[in-house]
Formats: sequence, C-alpha cells, structure tokens
Amino acid sequence: MKFLKQFLIILVITFMGEGLKYLLPLPIPASIYGMVLLFLALMTGIVKLESVRDAGKFLIEIMPVMFIPAGVGLMVSWGVLKPMLLPVSLITVVSLITAAAATGLVSQTVIRKEQKKTEKAEGKEQADE
Amino acid sequence: MNSFFQESLFAGVTISLLAYLAGSFLKKKFKLGILNPLLISIVITILVLVVADVDYDTYDAGAKYLSWFLTPATVCLAIPLYEQWQLLKRHWRAVLLGILAGVFTSMGTVFVLSLLLGLSHQEYVTLLPKSITTAIGMGLSEELGGYVTITVAVIVVTGVLGNIMGEAICKIFRITDPIAKGLAFGASSHAIGTAKAMELGEVEGAMSSLAIAVTGLLTVVFSSVFAGLL
Repeated sequence: MKFLKQFLIILVITFMGEGLKYLLPLPIPASIYGMVLLFLALMTGIVKLESVRDAGKFLIEIMPVMFIPAGVGLMVSWGVLKPMLLPVSLITVVSLITAAAATGLVSQTVIRKEQKKTEKAEGKEQADE
Repeated sequence: MNSFFQESLFAGVTISLLAYLAGSFLKKKFKLGILNPLLISIVITILVLVVADVDYDTYDAGAKYLSWFLTPATVCLAIPLYEQWQLLKRHWRAVLLGILAGVFTSMGTVFVLSLLLGLSHQEYVTLLPKSITTAIGMGLSEELGGYVTITVAVIVVTGVLGNIMGEAICKIFRITDPIAKGLAFGASSHAIGTAKAMELGEVEGAMSSLAIAVTGLLTVVFSSVFAGLL
C-alpha cells in the first residue's frame, strides 16, 4: 500500500507536468516540467520527502532498464544511420569526451577556487582573533 | 512455435530484463566498463529479435511499458536534487559555469568536426542536440530541420557511451570532485549517463539530474546561434 500511495503522488505530479506542458508548449518535455513541480512541492513542504522517497528511489534505481527499448530501437534506425555512420560515430565519441571533460574541469576549478577563498577567509578570521 | 514468439507480448521484455541481470552479474564479476548491463541487454535483445525474425513493433508492443515509466522516473530526479539542495546552493556558480562550458564545448566540437568532415547543414543540425535528453532533443532537431530519427539514435548512443565511458573520462582528466563528476555525466550524456552517476553516489546523481535539465534548456537557447554557423 505504501508504494502504491507514493507512486500515486508521483503520477499526480507527472500528470500535472503534462498539463503544464499543454498550457506552456515550450520545447521542454513534460518530465522536466514535472521534475520542477515535484522539486517545488518538496521545497514548500506540500509533498513530504517521506511520502515519495521509497517509490522514487526505486524508480531511479531501475531507470537504466527503461532505456532498453529506445536502445533496441536502433535496429530500426540502422538503415538511415548506416550511410553516415563513420562521421556520426566520430563526432559522437569525440564530442562526448570534450563535453564531459569541459563540464567537469570547469566546475571542479571553480569549486577548488571557492574552497581556497573560504579557507583563506577562515584563516584570516582566526588570525584576527 | 515461431509465430508464437513473433506475437508474444512478454517474450521481448523478459529477454531484455534477463540480459540486463546477466549483464549486472558479469559486471560485478569482471569489473569491466565495457560489460555495461544496459549495453549488453540492448545487444542481446537485438540479436534475439533478428535471429527469431521478430519485428521491432511487436517487441515494442510489450517493451513500451518499460519506456512508459521514464517520465515518472525523470520527475523523481527532483528527489535527490532536493536532498542535495544545500550543496547545490553553495556551488551554484560552479554548476552554471561548468554546464555552460559543456554546452558550448559539445556544440563547438560538433561544429568543428562537421566542418572538417564536410557534413551538410542538415546533417550538422541533426547532431547538435546529441547531448541532451531525447524529449528535448527530438523537438529541437525538428525545429532546426535535422533528421529526427538519426538525432534520436545518436542521443541514445551518446547516453550509452557516456554510461560506459564516463568514469574513464573523469579519471583521465582527473575530475575527482563528486559535484564536477555528476555535472560531467549529466551534461554530456543526459539521463542514461545520470543512471550511472546515481550508482556512483548521491551527490553525483543529484548534480547529474540537475545537469540534464539545465543542459537541455541552454542547448535550446544557444542552438540557433550554432545552427547558423554551417
């Protein structure tokens, strides 16, 4: 029963995300609208963390399985993909690596700089005392 | 017998899940990145469908219920985000700058390589949304005038590759901070990469979830600029 109740809350929010997408037809999927709605509901306390956590964590845990059908769908798009396979593969792999590296390195650099700053500030405070 | 297989609603999904569990087992046993359960499941399922001469549509008649859960599961990514909110608030600059760098690098790399390889405008814009979640990427490709089917295929491949290679990429570039790692997964390989980030830790998972949404939005905003380049 607990899982059913939690899943129902998640479904209601997903449905509201669908509704919001209908009202605001930006190129944003209903799932992202729903994610923002659930986040706001948790922040404001309208939905308590305990009332969605277990079912939510279960869904997140089995998420990779939900991508299997899309992956198997490659057998259908294979025909279209085949003539441009080489350039597409090259671009896919290289841009994956550059994008991941750029994101990780830039954010890591900013975090380390900020940490140094706070350490310095704390050190100064200690020196002042 | 053959026609039974060709019409069964449950055969395909059962094979997919069995292959997934077999993949998880193999991965635990040999600890190799290439033994990715998702990849193994996709490959085995395709092989079985081809050998047994089953249409994708027949498979999907059963498998679509797996895909159906994707929307509520994506909604649930708000949960780790909420749990890590304090951390996120403290590092919002790193998050925003990191994702911006990822979005520009992704589209910049696609542009430079498309130029070098002599791709047409239509082929180029097909690849621009490759790092973002399928639902946004499909719409974007259509809007830019790309081949939507290829965009979807490339998005899925990017996700699976990110899921497999993400840890190695972080290692090579010495990305060790959990926030930076999570962002790298989400910004480069959307929800499929995030599934992997979730396994690495709660911080990684939350940051990756956030990166899916922000990367998607920023890509929509800046793609028109990039589309005009070639």
